[in-house]
Amino acid sequence: MEAVAFWVLAVAAVGAGIAVFVVDSMARATFALLASFLCVGGELLLIDLHYLGVLIVLMMIMEMLVMAVFMVMYMMNPAGLMPMTMLHNRRGALAVSGAAFAALAAGVFTVPWPRRAGRPPRDPTVALGEAIMGPKMLVMMVIGVAILATMIATVVLAAHRGRYDGGDGTR
Amino acid sequence: MTLEGFLLLAAALFCVGLFGALSQQSIVMLMMGLELMINGIVVAGAAFWFWVSPGRADGQVLVLVAITVMALEMAMGFAVVTALFRARDVDMTDDAGDLRG
Repeated sequence: MEAVAFWVLAVAAVGAGIAVFVVDSMARATFALLASFLCVGGELLLIDLHYLGVLIVLMMIMEMLVMAVFMVMYMMNPAGLMPMTMLHNRRGALAVSGAAFAALAAGVFTVPWPRRAGRPPRDPTVALGEAIMGPKMLVMMVIGVAILATMIATVVLAAHRGRYDGGDGTR
Repeated sequence: MTLEGFLLLAAALFCVGLFGALSQQSIVMLMMGLELMINGIVVAGAAFWFWVSPGRADGQVLVLVAITVMALEMAMGFAVVTALFRARDVDMTDDAGDLRG
């Protein structure tokens, strides 16, 4: 049962990922990406990562809604009323990504992966919380500083006055 | 469900994202490709936690970092697109090939 769910979600995740670059509307591309993320969230739920799976689902719903707004703001044809193509070097990109997939798939099946060490904890979320509040606290501190730095940098970059403007609005 | 199955899914997501990142002209679409690549890393990290070392939380911490990177990448990407759009009125990679102060 779980194996069936895994393969259905896996095919759906990859199919939605491909659809992102195939559909002719920005809004559809955004929601195809959201579908891919939701399927990956479901995959994580299958291997007991309940907190991280739900985190991906909730976070990506919000992230993709924000992305849809930016799509409509910046891009032509947000609703798919006119067909368009925005690709360059399609053949080269296909060759590179196809070769990368072949190499990765070959590695997946030829590398002798180590045997499983230990057993999943009864509650993986508790284990994660104890790790990031204990021995892995440096990771959490770096993440926190990175989020703060990103908040400041995004406001500075996106503000109308820019970095060096004197404040009179002219450049 | 096997480790190989999960890693194959991760490789497929990563390579679909790689195709998008290499082929898209729009910066926003390019960012979607990058997000798909990080999505593949999330799947691989989770699979390694479950099948290789479930007794330690390292894999889960890696997934947490990857999810954070995904969000930060999107926020910074949109800020850069906004700045670029204000300065030059473009949102295409071909028009933004150089960085002018």
